[in-house]
Amino acid sequence: MRQRKAPWLGAAAALFTAALVSASCGGGTDTAEEAETTTTETAATPVTITVATVNNGQMKDMEQLTAEYEAQNPGVDVVFQIMEEGDLRSSVTADIASGAGQYDVVTIGSYEVPQWAANGWLTDLTPYVGTPEYDVDDIIKPVRDALSYEGQLYAVPFYGESSILMYNKEIIEAAGLTVPNKPTWQEVAEIAKKVKSDKVNGICMRGKPGWGESFAVLTTMVQTFGGNWYDMDWKAGVNSPEFTQAITFYKDLLETAGPKDPLSYSFNECLNGMKNGDFAMWYDATSLAGLLESDDSPVKGKMGYVYAPVVKTKNSGWLWAWSLAIPKTTKNVDAAADFITWATSKEYHQLVGETLDWNRVPPGSRTSTFENPNYKEAAAAYAPITLEVMSSVNPNQPGVNPQPWVGIQYVSIPEFQDVGNQVAQLVADAVAGRITVKEALDKGQEIAQKAGDAQK
Amino acid sequence: MPAFSARLWFSRDLREVRLFLQKAKSTTKKTADKAKLKGLLYPAVIFVIILTQLPFLLTIVFSSINWNLLKPADRQFVGLENYATVFSSGDLIPALIATITMTTMAVVSSLLLGLLFALLLDRKFKGRALARTLIITPFLVMPAAAALSWKFSMFDTNIGAVNYFAGLLGLPEPAWITDYPMVSIVIVLAWQFTPFMMLILLAGLQSQDQEVLEAAAVDGSSTWKTFQLITMPHLRVYFEIAILLGTIILLQVFDPIAILTKGTGGTKTLSYLLYERAFIGLNVGEAAAYGVIVVVITIVLATLALRTLFSVFTRGVRA
Repeated sequence: MRQRKAPWLGAAAALFTAALVSASCGGGTDTAEEAETTTTETAATPVTITVATVNNGQMKDMEQLTAEYEAQNPGVDVVFQIMEEGDLRSSVTADIASGAGQYDVVTIGSYEVPQWAANGWLTDLTPYVGTPEYDVDDIIKPVRDALSYEGQLYAVPFYGESSILMYNKEIIEAAGLTVPNKPTWQEVAEIAKKVKSDKVNGICMRGKPGWGESFAVLTTMVQTFGGNWYDMDWKAGVNSPEFTQAITFYKDLLETAGPKDPLSYSFNECLNGMKNGDFAMWYDATSLAGLLESDDSPVKGKMGYVYAPVVKTKNSGWLWAWSLAIPKTTKNVDAAADFITWATSKEYHQLVGETLDWNRVPPGSRTSTFENPNYKEAAAAYAPITLEVMSSVNPNQPGVNPQPWVGIQYVSIPEFQDVGNQVAQLVADAVAGRITVKEALDKGQEIAQKAGDAQK
Repeated sequence: MPAFSARLWFSRDLREVRLFLQKAKSTTKKTADKAKLKGLLYPAVIFVIILTQLPFLLTIVFSSINWNLLKPADRQFVGLENYATVFSSGDLIPALIATITMTTMAVVSSLLLGLLFALLLDRKFKGRALARTLIITPFLVMPAAAALSWKFSMFDTNIGAVNYFAGLLGLPEPAWITDYPMVSIVIVLAWQFTPFMMLILLAGLQSQDQEVLEAAAVDGSSTWKTFQLITMPHLRVYFEIAILLGTIILLQVFDPIAILTKGTGGTKTLSYLLYERAFIGLNVGEAAAYGVIVVVITIVLATLALRTLFSVFTRGVRA
């Protein structure tokens, strides 16, 4: 057999090596980012506080500014472990559930706080937040309620958000329309259908299936249509007429005026679409308004912001707060409490505004921040409505009927991540027309009822 | 009689071998030495057992426990209850079908494309080395990065390249992720794995005996006949290896499902289902049960496939 030479193999090998090298470099950077550490000189009785947090911009600012805190508190060393949301949730859950005690401070959402408090996993923070300097009553009340369990505060909010309807004034005005300050879903659907053209879609909504993706939007819709996941006896209501009506409305709206490929859209895709002027309206989180108004946004100053659309309720905005809590397993309760009350204080907001940028102040946690003239000026377009919406939502009863849990766009039971996810996938199949809405919700009802039965 | 003498020689040789072995046995009969020799093996054997079998044993143990991470109080031994849940939930069969459909479609399409490119790149032309290098790149891209770039720059209905060219050609512009979830994922997988298949088949093409090909040409065989009767039989072993390795890798596919479809529209494969049970359901026991079942199914299918379909393993490579 004659041997053939393969000169291309050399090139391929070189490319492969290059890919490996760059991959390993990438990996290196990631690990460095995930476990960034901040160290200072430690004094006689050094205390190390390990903080697990999520890799959002505001948290990275906190890590940067913690040097100030350490300077004021010699002997305290704050170490940050910054992770993706999903990684954070599973590693913190595993750490606390197994009692490993790796973290002194954890960043969790309003979904987790009441459940973990009920499990006895979190330290009651009520004794630590009573000082006049901290001024716990300054924290927006619905946020405080969402982070409380049986009247006690178990976490302090780092930043909070609700949901609003954002719209592109130019597109709406060009069509000769106006968006009311407190629109109904029917009005929104009318406007969306009227402005829909070959180039512009009427409205963007999260369609990517997931309990925190499509169902953040959908649960608020279901609740304002008069439905809910469960009633007071934990009887599931997923195939109730109201729930069905809300899902059908959502499907129709997406079909007639939504993005062409709805299941691939979550808030990032919608954000890009809004910036490109592909959409007239967008129903999503208040915290995204800041991104539409940032200096690099082509639609800066062209946006209008109004209340979340409603049907039967007065409000339908959701409520989420990334919050700091102290696991029961920590050995440094006092030091940890001191740190989290600093990181969520008025003083800290002032520090962010002065040293970084007023637009980077953690939004939606303290009323006083919204009264700060500097913040008011920087966030004029969206700050007033953010505060109004956040103060007016009711996490105890967001829907028409009372519910046995505290929270708006989720159900505070451990099974909900799973239930919400499975129902979201069924609804996605219904939106794509592979099954009917009724089929999806009948199956969803079964799944939800199983979880409901476990609560009785 | 040469045949007879050869046989005699052969049998004598065997007897010699047997004698040699007996001698060797008697010399190492000192039991102490034997024990010592065996003893030297143990650390390695134990290490291999721990490394390969312990995780699986732990999985079996976990699968018999009711263990939801968020419900620390309810942790207890439940026997086969998790398996009952797995079989009664109705998720297993659709996931199995999704896995088989996705893997088959991806393997077949990347194999055919791989063959096409291998045949083209086997020819001599200017810039061949560059073309070969370029065509391998999709395989070097990390799966998550590949899925993301397909999602945003190819399948996107506003700015995606696929619909842009479809529009130019007057073809329909579908909503890929919403209406064709399975096809979208298979396209990404075929794009990634075509180079892999191509590399294996190209190696096969290059190992063809040129003299045979020349002889065929001299005998007046057409290109197609040569391909059909000489090249394809020669490539059979390479096809088998490509299919086997491709199937093993593609069975575990996760990234494009998580990034493009989140398991909707019949794309919830076994690996994605397992991830959902473990990291969204946070139900360790049930996820472990799924894991055990997947391993059992894989072993059964792989054994059947290896014993029956693949001549590489039944007859060996005849070069």
